[in-house]
Amino acid sequence: MISLRKISRHYQQGGQQLAALQDIDLEIGPGEYISIMGPSGSGKSTLLNQIALLDRPTSGTYLLHGRDVTGLPDDEQARIRRENMGFVFQFFHLIPRLSAAENIEIPLVLSGVDSVLRKQQVAKAMLSFGLQDRSTHRPDQLSGGECQRVAIARATIMHPGTLLADEPTGNLDQATGKQVIDLLEQLNRQGVTLIMVTHDPAIGERASRRVKIVDGRISSDA
Amino acid sequence: MLLAFGAIRSHGLRSLLTVLGVCIGVSAVILLTSLGNSARSYVTGEFSELGTNMIIVLPGRNETTGGIPPIMGETPRDLTVDDALALGRSRRITAIAPLMIGSAPVSAGGLEREVNVIGTTEGMQTVRHLQLASGNFLSPSDPHIAAPVCVLGETLRKELFGTAKSLGEWLRIGDRRCRIIGVLAASGVSIGTDLDDMVIVPVATAQMLFNSSSLFRILLQVGTHSMPDDTEREIRRIIQDRHEGEDDITIIHQDSVVATFDEILLVLTVGIGSIAGISLAVAGILIMNIMLVSVSQRTSEIGLLRAIGAPAGQIRKLFLAEAVLLSLIGTLSGLLIGFLGAVLMHRLYPVLPLAVPTWAVLAAAGTAMLTGLVFGALPAIRAARLNPVAALSRR
Repeated sequence: MISLRKISRHYQQGGQQLAALQDIDLEIGPGEYISIMGPSGSGKSTLLNQIALLDRPTSGTYLLHGRDVTGLPDDEQARIRRENMGFVFQFFHLIPRLSAAENIEIPLVLSGVDSVLRKQQVAKAMLSFGLQDRSTHRPDQLSGGECQRVAIARATIMHPGTLLADEPTGNLDQATGKQVIDLLEQLNRQGVTLIMVTHDPAIGERASRRVKIVDGRISSDA
Repeated sequence: MLLAFGAIRSHGLRSLLTVLGVCIGVSAVILLTSLGNSARSYVTGEFSELGTNMIIVLPGRNETTGGIPPIMGETPRDLTVDDALALGRSRRITAIAPLMIGSAPVSAGGLEREVNVIGTTEGMQTVRHLQLASGNFLSPSDPHIAAPVCVLGETLRKELFGTAKSLGEWLRIGDRRCRIIGVLAASGVSIGTDLDDMVIVPVATAQMLFNSSSLFRILLQVGTHSMPDDTEREIRRIIQDRHEGEDDITIIHQDSVVATFDEILLVLTVGIGSIAGISLAVAGILIMNIMLVSVSQRTSEIGLLRAIGAPAGQIRKLFLAEAVLLSLIGTLSGLLIGFLGAVLMHRLYPVLPLAVPTWAVLAAAGTAMLTGLVFGALPAIRAARLNPVAALSRR
């Protein structure tokens, strides 16, 4: 489904070429549970950004469902992100002045879903993530775990095929972190491809497939 | 839209200041232009009170272009009552009023005062749109007959008679005695002449009083369909025939004077309106400033929106909507304040008619919205250009 061919990403820093990723080849099938691990600065976030279409590679090809998406225009890539991918971030990235329900609603607004339908879907999502009595709360009135649940609800509201999680537990305590991982794994069991970037081995080891990155290259994939 | 509203709400004070800037700009434009416009309608109103379609004929070729009037050489012939009568025979002219003005002591009972005396004919009532409070105006008769009658202004009547009956009483003007046949309705001052503080007598009576046969001027009312140039030519021809071929009169068109004033005041109004418009441009820069701050404060929000699939165009629209919304609120409140101010001004100075020009409202609102759009564009474009990865990593 996701297929990276010889993807490289170089940065220009102080007149020096810096290779964040070098000749990455990666095939990810539907429904997989992959963790991307590695020390900080190894390029794992850069790789995630490549998969997420948030960044363009210096060279290489990216095929999504067999279609070359590498050189697509920005707006087309935005549409692909909206329809195929959900994002979960370390810092939740909720919009502080909007309520939990409104935050979850944003992707639906962006894709122009009718307001009545939006309300229905949001209500359903809030219920399934146990947030039904939090709908009018703003992010600063929610706990970290609740924030991340809102973020996951937002990531899945469009029913994307792939869920991209960047250190989803990095900003949570152990117990809540565990809950969030359980939630993500539960979604994976329902058929969503889960790609998780983490530097925490305890979490990374849980994945059925573990990719390790060192210095911009895949050092192990099992 | 939802996001734009939320953003404005959550930065209450900052948004309020921006709105205030636009609001002050818009209301200043409205207030100043309506002030100018009021002055304009006041002046033109005053002039039309003098009589519309009025032409004034003055003896002598004293042009009103300034400079020294000719003292030597040209001796203008006097205008006489017969000149006026000759003009009155023209088909283009619907009413004439020969005018003599002088001052004479006027007394009734034990009270005496120096008063302006106007000698004229019944045509005066038509030309100057005079209204009577009681009695009659001068009756149409041979203007060469010095009937001993007079019409009193309201102020003068009050001073000489108070609450006592005045109609039919005798009034001493200079060394003559006239019966009061009418009292003018109070009309107030119009362009320098206070008709309320005057006494009007037949022109022949005035000639006797002042021992003179020359007219101060002749007022003419022309038909609405007459071409001003044709009429002027005809007046000149008639007078020339009577003055042995000498073209020695000055003709003033009431309407052209009004038109000139109207034009000057309109330009003035547009001028001060534009100056007020500058404050709108300042408000626009304020909007840009606020929006730029807003963009940099909400970088991570923009990054998130981009990540979850908002195209750049949508981000641009979001920030533009915010800027336009700010200027819209400002415009509406500015219009409200402007109108309230205009009404208040009207209350304070009832002389000035209430007139908020439509073009000023449209221009002010248009400029405000346009500045919002133009000055909102730069921050919006900047927001849309943000790199999602960089924007997201900013915490």
